[in-house]
Amino acid sequence: MARLNMVKALNLALLQEMERDDDIVIIGEDVGVDGGVFRVTEDLHRKFGGKRVIDSPLAEAGIIGTAVGMALYGLKPVCEIQFSGFAFQCFHQIENHAARYRTRTQGRLTVPMVIRMPFGGGARALEHHSESEEQFYAHIPGLKMVIPSGPRNGRALLVSALRDPDPVIFFEHKALYHAAKDEVPEESETMPLGRAVVDREGRDLTVIGWGGMMRVAREAADTLHAEDGISVELIDLLTIAPLDAQTLIASAQKTGRILIVHEAPKSFGPGAEVVASIMEGAFLSLEAPIRRVTAYDVPFPGFAREKANVPDAARVVAVARETLAY
Amino acid sequence: MPRTRVEPRFQIDYLSILDSDGILDDALDPDIPPDLLQRMYRAMLLGRRLDERMVRLQRQGRIGTFAPIKGQEAAQIGSVATLTPRDWMVPSFRETAAMLWRGWPIEKMLMFFAGYLEGGSPAPGQRDLPITIPVATQLPHAVGLAYAAQYRDDDAVVMAYFGDGATSEGDFHEAANFAGVWHVPVVFVCQNNQWAISVPFKKQTHARTIAQKALAYGFPGIQVDGNDLLAVYAVTKEAVDRARNGDGPTLIECVTYRLGVHTTADDPTKYRSEDEVKAWEKKDPLTRLVPYLERKGLRTSGVEEELDAEIAAAVERFEAAPAPDPLMVFDHVYAERPPHLDRERSEMMERLAEVTPGRGDDGTDTTSLPMRGQRMTRR
Repeated sequence: MARLNMVKALNLALLQEMERDDDIVIIGEDVGVDGGVFRVTEDLHRKFGGKRVIDSPLAEAGIIGTAVGMALYGLKPVCEIQFSGFAFQCFHQIENHAARYRTRTQGRLTVPMVIRMPFGGGARALEHHSESEEQFYAHIPGLKMVIPSGPRNGRALLVSALRDPDPVIFFEHKALYHAAKDEVPEESETMPLGRAVVDREGRDLTVIGWGGMMRVAREAADTLHAEDGISVELIDLLTIAPLDAQTLIASAQKTGRILIVHEAPKSFGPGAEVVASIMEGAFLSLEAPIRRVTAYDVPFPGFAREKANVPDAARVVAVARETLAY
Repeated sequence: MPRTRVEPRFQIDYLSILDSDGILDDALDPDIPPDLLQRMYRAMLLGRRLDERMVRLQRQGRIGTFAPIKGQEAAQIGSVATLTPRDWMVPSFRETAAMLWRGWPIEKMLMFFAGYLEGGSPAPGQRDLPITIPVATQLPHAVGLAYAAQYRDDDAVVMAYFGDGATSEGDFHEAANFAGVWHVPVVFVCQNNQWAISVPFKKQTHARTIAQKALAYGFPGIQVDGNDLLAVYAVTKEAVDRARNGDGPTLIECVTYRLGVHTTADDPTKYRSEDEVKAWEKKDPLTRLVPYLERKGLRTSGVEEELDAEIAAAVERFEAAPAPDPLMVFDHVYAERPPHLDRERSEMMERLAEVTPGRGDDGTDTTSLPMRGQRMTRR
């Protein structure tokens, strides 16, 4: 057991899985000698060499497209897209091929691969470095969309993603990389994909979040407890798609009041799917309209204004009080 | 400091061995073994006859939209015949003849163009990718396969097909660039058939050849008469041998012509002249091969009839096959079906049971609905 931040915890997952399975290769921009711009692949190039930890040319479609070919052959590529905002240059390879090869060939040719991307705001970065685009991938049949919220579940989910037979989009929130440390066991552990966890049990209100928003949700829950005596149930989605509707519905039936927090823009965003799933499964249990606290429906602003755009605990608390008073 | 020349070498070869008048350059004849040559001729002819048959099937509504290959048989068979079954073949969507050579059954091709994904599934262990429709997107896959083969010490070579239009796509550039940097065993076979639907080659690129683009990626490119089976074979064999020996990628530009429509949904009279087509018909890859085979005593009679019978039998099997179960659309989205797809599958099963009396409760189709094409055969 060691106290690790998320960068170190993800690095541990890659290291241990690469030792265990020599089909795993890493490919991306600056992932080799440099260890990745966020250092998630630090030292792996030295340990496993340039054939397994590939410093690719600067080309996202080339990274995903060649990785699809490697996966079709039988390797297990782990791609790093340096920032999720640059993934539009490989979106066609993900949608046209990574997501579809299993269907296209009736299961004959498959592309087990993991596509890691740092996402989200809070890193005071220039345009295209701070967006949240999980909804684009969650919408594509054939993909799994995973977002950890801390070092320990990040490590366990990455191990699971690496062992999964399907392509997994793995979003890492930049603001979490160095935010907190968890006790992470030395021996490998996994967490099931497609399963949300109840992060904190409660009675009065369910707050659903994922990734960087879990910190905001926990802070809001603490405030509501301290100032209003409210017992908040927190759900960490962890896998956006396929969505664990069962866990959400069970919580809605228990508390009757739901609030969703996400960093992507609101309209047609991931929260809408969560709302619809709960409406289909727990309509009669609801005591108030389901509310969403999200980034605004604007292109992600320059970092000088990002704090006003991304939900914070105060916004969550304010909307929670409206939901509770409904 | 004076201006210095850093890249003095820039030349592109064009190879022609058996020209459109049937004149052979003896010194360059690759002397394809007689058995192989006969098989190649037969495969070209099969490609041509099936092509014509499929156009008719489409016109009759028995299959859907289809991209004919007429005119490109030499470019396909001359190149694909240099592969072994251990090598990989990566097609785009106009490689019917090459795919048949690699062992794809005619029925599967018909299934695919009748709108069933079952037609896109290679046989177990078959080292072919299925038809890829988004232009040029298959090229990085070929490079990844080649990288993986090299990583696994497998001496397989990967051959990737694409057209002139594909060379304008970013994926062509990225694939070629990665292939050059990684020095992987891949052979890029461009069938420059002069037309990307309605856009002529000269509007596709201002470069004189496609072959020369290879030089910018640091590997050789060569142009070949794509309607000359012997020249395509000679050039491709050299490229495959180079790749297998660890000498890296090659780009081959087969100068050919699409004699037919882009797809059965296209009307080429809108954008190109009858004269142009007639001029290329004189360069037909099959016509010039016949006297060559005769001179070698390799021309056998009755091949056309044999091939037509083979095609007719395949069409019959295709149309006699029961309709694949609609429920199978849920079977291969993920390795394991997630709960939401279980629910959607149950919903479709219930709906099918309502509209299809006799349908088994377990989802099996007991009524054998006609396939999309079959319904329209009763004209």
